[in-house]
Amino acid sequence: MVKQKLIVIGNGMVGHHFLEQLASRPEKELFDVTVFCAEPRPAYDRVHLSEYFAGRSADDLAMGKIEQYRDWGFELLLNDAAVSIDRKNKVVTSESGAEKSYDKLILATGSYPFVPPIPGHEHEKCFVYRTLEDLDAIRAASEKATTGVVVGGGLLGLEAANALKELGLEAHVVEFAPGLMSVQLDEGGSELLQHKIEDLGVTVHASTATELIEEKDGRLRMQFKGDRELTTDLIVFSAGIRPEDKLAKSAGLQLGERGGIVIDEACRTSDGNIFAIGECALYNNFIYGLVAPGYTMARNTVSILCGEEALFTGADMSTKLKLLGVQVGSIGDAHGRAEGAAAITFVDEQSGVYKRMITDAEGKQLLGAVMVGDTDDYDQLLQYHLNGIELPEQPEQLILPAADGAAPTLGAGALPETATICSCHNVSKGDIVQSVQGGCCSLGEVKDATKASTGCGGCSALLKNVVDEELAALGMEVNNDLCPHFPHTRQEIFHMVQVEEIKTFDELLEKHGRGNGCEICKPTVASILASLWNEHVHEKPHVGLQDTNDTFMANMQKNGSYSVVPRVPGGEITPDKLIVLGQVAKKYDLYTKITGGQRVDLFGARLEQLPEIWRELIDAGFETGHAYGKALRTVKSCVGSTWCRFGVQDSVAMALDVENRYKGLRSPHKIKMAVSGCTRECAEAQSKDVGVIATENGWNLFVCGNGGMRPRHADLFATDLDDETLIKYIDRFLMFYVRTADKLQRTSVWLENLDGGLDYLREVIIDDKLGICDELEAQMANIVGTYQCEWKTAINDPEMLKRFRQFVNTDEPDEKIVFVEERGQPRPAEEEEIVKIAEPA
Amino acid sequence: MNQVAITHTQWQPICQQSDLVADSGVCALVGDDSSGKTSGKKSIALFFIPGAEPQLYAIDNRDPFANAGVIARGIVAEVDGELTVSSPLYKQHFRLSDGVCLEDENVKLATYPTAFDGETVLVSTGPEES
Ligand code: SRM
Ligand SMILES: Cc1cc2nc3c(=O)[nH]c(=O)nc-3n(C[C@H](O)[C@H](O)[C@H](O)COP(=O)(O)OP(=O)(O)OC[C@H]3O[C@@H](n4cnc5c(N)ncnc54)[C@H](O)[C@@H]3O)c2cc1C
Ligand code: SF4
Ligand code: FES
Repeated sequence: MVKQKLIVIGNGMVGHHFLEQLASRPEKELFDVTVFCAEPRPAYDRVHLSEYFAGRSADDLAMGKIEQYRDWGFELLLNDAAVSIDRKNKVVTSESGAEKSYDKLILATGSYPFVPPIPGHEHEKCFVYRTLEDLDAIRAASEKATTGVVVGGGLLGLEAANALKELGLEAHVVEFAPGLMSVQLDEGGSELLQHKIEDLGVTVHASTATELIEEKDGRLRMQFKGDRELTTDLIVFSAGIRPEDKLAKSAGLQLGERGGIVIDEACRTSDGNIFAIGECALYNNFIYGLVAPGYTMARNTVSILCGEEALFTGADMSTKLKLLGVQVGSIGDAHGRAEGAAAITFVDEQSGVYKRMITDAEGKQLLGAVMVGDTDDYDQLLQYHLNGIELPEQPEQLILPAADGAAPTLGAGALPETATICSCHNVSKGDIVQSVQGGCCSLGEVKDATKASTGCGGCSALLKNVVDEELAALGMEVNNDLCPHFPHTRQEIFHMVQVEEIKTFDELLEKHGRGNGCEICKPTVASILASLWNEHVHEKPHVGLQDTNDTFMANMQKNGSYSVVPRVPGGEITPDKLIVLGQVAKKYDLYTKITGGQRVDLFGARLEQLPEIWRELIDAGFETGHAYGKALRTVKSCVGSTWCRFGVQDSVAMALDVENRYKGLRSPHKIKMAVSGCTRECAEAQSKDVGVIATENGWNLFVCGNGGMRPRHADLFATDLDDETLIKYIDRFLMFYVRTADKLQRTSVWLENLDGGLDYLREVIIDDKLGICDELEAQMANIVGTYQCEWKTAINDPEMLKRFRQFVNTDEPDEKIVFVEERGQPRPAEEEEIVKIAEPA
Repeated sequence: MNQVAITHTQWQPICQQSDLVADSGVCALVGDDSSGKTSGKKSIALFFIPGAEPQLYAIDNRDPFANAGVIARGIVAEVDGELTVSSPLYKQHFRLSDGVCLEDENVKLATYPTAFDGETVLVSTGPEES
């Protein structure tokens, strides 16, 4: 079979979505795919570009991965723009000189920022805001700046202004039009937005035209029409976008009057073998500057290439977003331009809320809406608008504050099957219902199956409603039971144990469980008991509940021997202690390795040797490192201000304090922490459950990071904390996690599943929204106060020591545990090696 | 308790009841010791479940999947009403009554008759009981 040659020019968000869609279909095999990508890296999430300034890395924002393309069998040419299309011979030539022929060609070249031709606009301190490289340049320039100006008061301009503010600059917005966000908002909305944004410290200059930019005393002077001026250190242009259509133009494809590659309903350009999708495409004389319509074009084009029919007939441009912390929403015909349109407006000047609905003349259909300051009604209004649902008798109720809680709400049930729930991935209510009926019985499974809510995330609340309602309709109950022996979630069990002061597994089983328990509920309950009452794992009622590692307070290795990991708080260790580790390892012939957690692991101890080894370590001042427990592992530190020329706080001292405070805390899964002495972040705090990074003024606290199987960057939780507040927040955070997480759920996954996410977590921990912070702190104080080194207790208790006999009836060692030497150290012998040793030839 | 078996099998006293750990396992070395060498010996896991009937189980200590002597250190787990031990290494379940692995019924650990003689724990390592 001869494959069709398919070329995609542009690897932005839409180009990537196209390839991802194609790769997911069996028809992928029919094509030989080549992708030209002008940027130095594959597609990334431009929508969340600003988060690059808030700590997300280029990797976090990446959408297309090089390995992924390789797996798909697509050829990806990075850093290589296409420079010409020879339509006659169907050949594309690139900057580097590559020539590739095509049968079908996809243009996904996106758009570029429009820079008004103001004299001086090419100054090196003038920037645009579109790529990661743009942001790098802005960041670099901001280091020596105090003031920044954004030219353009649209959606992106305000986002850029926010970024400048976050970079510590005094921010200004210069807008030519009389108001901000004039595309999405009407006059009233725009006015209120301006007030709110000025309250936040961003100066807005509306109705202002810039006539000249010139350098003066090392700064930039902006000359405005009407003799006004402003001095700044850098300028970011965000005055709109223009379709990237140069290539199409030189190839002779039909363009719109003001640019844009003309396409029909099948996304075909004036050449039947060439398609255009995303922000470079002009449909019905309109450029869609949002990602969702681009995704729809991409999906449709894949369908068409696979021989199916799919028509693009325009897309909804409604948006809901938060700009500088102000909620803004715009739906449909926000300006009420349609004939006979009527408006209902609600203004609350005191709390700064503006809402306006546009209805048809009869007040039956919702044509559009604008809201500033409060977008709680957005989802509901959008559904009325998109699905043509008839408005209630008194439509104003939809935007009025619920005086008596009686505002009519549109349940998920009222939506037609065709209602779009997730516009990013074009998932309808019908798709979701189908996936639930097909066996998905949790929100997570529905997300995986349909991709709903995995784009901008704006639809998550609505998606949850639809899923819940559908599950209920099927009479299904989501089964969150811990295991067959406890018809309760971990959180419920935690609560019961706490409220009823239950002290043993048997008591809990009798009151709330059934049967005899298993390897799931026993360790879970043991962990809950430990989190609450902190008794030794070897106390009689608990000893049979533990996983082997907890029982023997060491990690079992593949041949049944154990590893020994003493605590080395903060990774700081004296030479004398280091020598002891070496001596003990030598004496017992243990394999020695520095771990990824800044401490030393001694491997290959036999069960009966563990107490002796620990006695020697404890005599030398060591404590258990809990490497075996679902507990605090290590607090990694960097050397910090004591030695490092960049350090701004004593990160080692803080790491020691933190590690000594939380050591021994039992939790749903292991907990890792780190403290760095400055933003260079040598302790990798942003990959930890709790990360602390020193600032000039104190500490920044990051939470819910994870390395391991699914790495997650920690979120910035609070900034510039003093020592006391830092510890207070960590106390509360950890206890709240311990209380509410599911079994074996790291903080990262816990946060991702927490309704309300990071904002909610802040409300609970910082604002004490639930009124539980005193209790959380008291609970932590109790744990801290009752800490014991479990090994120290064990080696002094003959009853506990009995547990460490290899055989109950003889002192012989287990002769099946055999080691051989490698690189000067022991390692477990392989099976063949054991046979050889047992029967010498 | 395995009263019937006592008359038919070769009982070895292993340890005292106080050496066992309730609802958990310990390990013992059994078998012919006449040679003075341990190589003819077997390590077995003893599980003492006071609330079950019978109360005492003896099963091979060797985990056949990992080829390591660790079964005695597994957690006692009830699966569909049957008592099992879950291997500490890779978590397969072995039925205490007959040693069958629930995840792969072709794999089976040897089991041995057990009994209490007063405080003394007896195990028969002769031909397996049916
Ligand atoms: C020894 C060590 C590797 C080394 O040679 O450096 C290690 C060894 C083990 N890791 Fe690890 N991890 C070690 C650092 C890490 C790190 C790096 C770090 O902590 O900075 C990570 C990634 C960071 C993280 O956890 O976010 C790490 C991610 C894991 C994971 C995956 C966790 C996840 O959330 O995806 C597991 C599996 C699990 O816990 O379920 C795991 C599990 C294990 C276990 C316990 C596997 C097992 O059950 O036998 C290993 C046994 C340790 C032993 O026998 O002593 N280990 N492990 C490191 C011990 C650090 C210490 O001093 O305590
Ligand atoms: C800061 C910011 C915030 C945004 N926020 C939102 C939002 O909240 N919601 C929303 O819906 N949209 C938002 N957008 C818009 C969204 O990012 C775009 O709609 C989307 O990226 C369009 O995708 P695209 O693939 O068409 O274009 P792009 O993502 O621009 O990709 C086009 C790619 O093609 C490359 N290219 C161009 N010419 C060539 C050539 N000749 N050869 C090879 N490669 C070429 C370009 O370098 C680029 O990598 C935002 C944009 C920005 C900049
Ligand atoms: S994080 Fe900063 S203080 Fe710590 S070692 Fe690195 S550069 Fe030095
Ligand atoms: S609408 Fe963006 S993720 Fe669903």
